Parts: sequence; structure tokens; C-alpha cells
Amino acid sequence: MMRIPQELVGRAAQAVIDLNGPGRYVHWGFIQISVANLVVICLMVVVFVAAILVPFPRHGGDDR
Amino acid sequence: MTVDAGGPGLAAQADLPEDAAQWSARLRRAGVSAFPPGRLLPDRQPAYVASWIYVFGALTLAALALVVLSGIVLAIEGPTWWHLSRVGLFVNSMHLWSVELFFFFMVVHLWGKFFMAAWRGRRRATWITGVLAFVISIAAAFTGYLSQQNFDSQWIGTQAKDGINATGAGAFFNVLNFGQMLMWHILLLPLAVGLLTLVHVLLVRRRGVVPPFAPDPGDLVVPDGAGTAGDIGVDGTVGR
Amino acid sequence: MSAPATPANRPSRFRPDRDVEEWHGRYVPYDIVKEFTAAFLVVLLLALGLSIVLSSPDEPPVTIKSWSQHAPLDFARTALTELAGTSPTATYGPPYNSTPGVSQTIGPLSLESLVGVHHPVNTALDDVIDPLKTLPADPTLTVAIRRYTSATSKTEQVWTNAYGAALARARFVDGRLVTRPGGYGPVAEMIGELTTMARSGALDGALVSSRQFYGTDYTKPLLFIADGTYMANLAAAQHLQGDQWGMMNETGNFPGQSWLWLYTLWYQIPPFTTSTNADALVWAIMVVLTALLVLVPFLPGVRAIPRKVRIYRLIWRRHYRSLAARPNGTA
Repeated sequence: MMRIPQELVGRAAQAVIDLNGPGRYVHWGFIQISVANLVVICLMVVVFVAAILVPFPRHGGDDR
Repeated sequence: MTVDAGGPGLAAQADLPEDAAQWSARLRRAGVSAFPPGRLLPDRQPAYVASWIYVFGALTLAALALVVLSGIVLAIEGPTWWHLSRVGLFVNSMHLWSVELFFFFMVVHLWGKFFMAAWRGRRRATWITGVLAFVISIAAAFTGYLSQQNFDSQWIGTQAKDGINATGAGAFFNVLNFGQMLMWHILLLPLAVGLLTLVHVLLVRRRGVVPPFAPDPGDLVVPDGAGTAGDIGVDGTVGR
Repeated sequence: MSAPATPANRPSRFRPDRDVEEWHGRYVPYDIVKEFTAAFLVVLLLALGLSIVLSSPDEPPVTIKSWSQHAPLDFARTALTELAGTSPTATYGPPYNSTPGVSQTIGPLSLESLVGVHHPVNTALDDVIDPLKTLPADPTLTVAIRRYTSATSKTEQVWTNAYGAALARARFVDGRLVTRPGGYGPVAEMIGELTTMARSGALDGALVSSRQFYGTDYTKPLLFIADGTYMANLAAAQHLQGDQWGMMNETGNFPGQSWLWLYTLWYQIPPFTTSTNADALVWAIMVVLTALLVLVPFLPGVRAIPRKVRIYRLIWRRHYRSLAARPNGTA
């Protein structure tokens, strides 16, 4: 695999966590997905499930 | 001609019978009839709206607003600014992350609306405008990636051209033409997304949030003589 | 507006996946403006946090200059194929040129060919000969160009084939292409001069401003760069290639476009992995699937899924419990 010449790597101005540099990928059969995308997709599922399960605050005089 | 009786000026002249056939009067009556103020900006909602899944439409809208606001700042300074300035890079980051949040919230909203079968009860147009807004948003994001003027935009353009050329659209929609792609991105597609979003939101206001499916028979305590479970409506009223 | 559907006057065929009884029950207070304001603040804080902590990617673009400086042999080989008319761009067909029989088809239909050539690109002229003509007058080069353009296409082919074989074994030493001596006609001079021009940065400008001073159309330089292997290698290193699910990915470790997962999935599986019509076929599939998603409310099997899967029981659980607490009562 070709190494990217240093001058072509973008600057990481003011980032606390530098996400530039070689990407991390997960391989599973014919599926190849970046760790970043996998995190986003898993978060979406977690948030969806949480949105359905987490109790919603009641209004005053609401149904029992 | 009716004399102004000294009320609040122009408002006192509205809805006069002799003006009823005017286009303006008809349009106003249709608008007010479809969207009375209490429906356009409600202060009550059905009691069944009691789940966090319902906030994702508003979150999607809010993210879209932030995409537009950060995009306005980028437009003020021009397409090269963010490559040369730390503040510009920060605004670009805001634009990118608000787009990621926009799609994140929109997908969760779509999942929620699917599992609620939110198209029921003459709400099919709401579903359709929502999906179209999703698809056009993808196109808007695509032209955004093409407008970055960096390695990513070069690669995306030279790759995407094959798919688009295969449909014949490449003759008119040239992804390698930065000027054209930027104009689609900052004018044409935002207008399309904005219009679809507006219609979608107005449809939600007009039809209301979709009611739940009918309850299971086991949901209800049915007193003797009060009818069978089949007579029970979605809101628990027994028979009519 | 028609009367709301109640048990008494339901439409003759109530379909639970299409119809619903409208709500006549309780309403609770709800501040829509406050909700949107809160949503906006949440999104603003999230975006601020993500921007401060993670920033955004900005890999500098490849230029003809950077390409020819980092990979001069790849540049020279690509430039030769442009001159010879054998490069991917030169043999692309519509919308760039009218090479017969290369357009993608869906069955018997080729939309590309139907629409025709709208962005004409003549790679020999646009990428090689015309840029060389913009250089300051050089008698050797002028003679070489005239010799090439006045030769027959058969002779041109002999020269470009011979030089192509030579470039396959060439070296790049002290800023010059070094090949074995051979019968290359004027081609070696032209490609050599073009490589020098590219490495100076002059070719980038010449390709963009070929028609007008204010260039915003990068079709020609991008097609030229994409014909080589340099940019493709950079992309492969970043997992951006089509067979690496690249459509979903961003440079570095940034999240990309995960919403394109279904579009790129097709490119990973047969027969699309090897089909020359893959792009056209995948687009056709995605148009159909998108149409199906738009039309879910009309599709009997699909629109029944929510009722059968019963996730709605969780979403509306408080509502269903409230019905149990209210026997024979109004909501």
C-alpha cells in the first residue's frame, strides 16, 4: 500500500483528537467498514432504542 | 362602498362580502381554513404523544437550521476561506458536523415514523415528502462534498462521474465542474430541501401526529354490558 | 374536511395499515416553540463540541504539478496514452467523445449514447498538443509538434506504441525521462517537454483556462489526473476505492456518508463486481428501491410490517396502559 507523502497530509488545526492519518477499518466477510462509520451506525441504533424505552416526563394531571 | 367605521384600519376591511371572489380573499380563506393559528402554532397535543422518539423531527429541523447558518458564514467568506483560516476551518467543521447530525437525527426519525406507520389516515403525503426530503438532502450533501476543493472532492467527482454518466445525466450535471456544483449546492438544492421540508411540516400541522394503532383486546377492562372489545376505539371510548 | 372516521361511520373497508381512527381523546399542554428552541440548543452544543474536539478533514488536492513531481513516470505514461488516444478518457464515449460501443447499457438501452457528447474532450489536443503550444517558442518543440500533427494516424500509432514500450522500462533522472534510444519520432520530445511543463505547474493553469480566463470547470485536468494511477493509489490508501466500500468513507478516521451503505453495497457483490455496466445497473436498482421507499404507504406487505413487528406497543405503551385504567370511560 502506498504511503502518502507527508506534504499531502492535511493539517489538524486545533483538533483535540486528530482524526487525520491512516483510517482504522473493520473487516467482516465481504463487509469493510470504517471504525468511525461503525460507531455512528451503532450510536444510531442505541439512540433509537433509548428513545423508545426511556420514560418520557409526565405533564401535571396526566393519565395514570 | 363600505365606509371605514374607525376600527383597526385595513384589518376591518377584510372579508367583506363584495370582495369574496378575489383571488387574494380566496387564498387567504383557504390558508386560514387549512391552518388556523391554533393548529399552525399549537399549545396542546394528543396525550398519546409521550415518547422521546417524537423529538427527532424537531432535532432534524434544528440540525438543518444549523447547516444553513454555518453554510451562510461559509458563503460570506467564499469557497477558499476555510482552507486558509483557522476560523474558517472551524466553521467548516460546524457545517460538516451539523450535516452528520442532520442525517443521524433524520434516520432515527424515519425509523420511528416507519414503526408507527405514520402514513395512516391520509398522511401519505407527509411520508412521501419526508422521503423525498431525505433523498434530495443526499444530493445536497453530495454537491457539498464536491465543492470542497480538496483531495476528497477530486476523488468523489472522478468516481461519481461514471455512475451519473451511465444515466445520461452527466451531459447536463457535470460533477467535475466546480462552478456548477457549487451553485447547485448553495442555491438550487437548499431551495428544494427547504421547500420539501416546509410542505412536510405544514402537512404534519394540518393532519396532526398519527394516532396509535387500535389497542389489543387485552389492553382494556370491559365492564359487563359495555360492548365487545371490537367496539372500542383507539382512544378507549367504548361503542358510540 | 370530511368527518373523522369513528366506529359508527368507518369507511366500508377499514385497512389498519392504511387508515386510522382520528383522536377524540385528551390533549395535554405542549409548547412547540420551546421544543424547537431546546432542540436547536442541543444541536448547537453537539456541533460545537464535535467541531472543537474533532475538527474536519482537508487533504490537499492532487495537482498536475504534484502528480508529475511525485510520480513522473506515471505522469509520462498517462500523457502518452492521452496523445495516443488510448487512455480511459479518450475511450470513454459520451459525454466526452463518441467512441462507439463503450457506453454502459441496461439491457438494450444506453442512456449515455442517447444523450450524446456534451463535454467534448479530445485528449491528444486538450492534454498534450494545445498546452505545448502555449509554451514560449522553442524551435525543436515546434518542429516536433508540426511533425506529429502532419503525420498519418498509422505513423502516429507506430511512434506511440514504441515509446509506450520504452516508457515501461524508463527511469527519471535529474528531471528528465531516460529511455533506451529508439524510433519514437517526435513523441519523446513532446512527452518530455510536457513532463517538464507539468512539474513547473504551468500545465495546471493551461488545462483550466484553455477556453477562458476565469476557470471554474476542472473537467480536463481532473480527467487527466484520474487516468493515471497516482491519485488512485492515494485513494486506495484511504479506503476510498469502489471495491473498498469507498463511497461511504471519508479520509482519515472521520465518519463518512453511512447513508450511502446500500448504494455502495451492490458494488461489492457479483455480478456488479465484474460487470462493465455496473454503474448503470446499480443506478437502476437504486432508483427502483428509492421509489419503493417513497411508495411504502401503498405497498400492502411492506406497510403491514409496523403493525406486525409491534414496536409501536413500546412507543405508545403509556397510552395503552391508560386505556386499561379507564373502564368504559372517555379518554
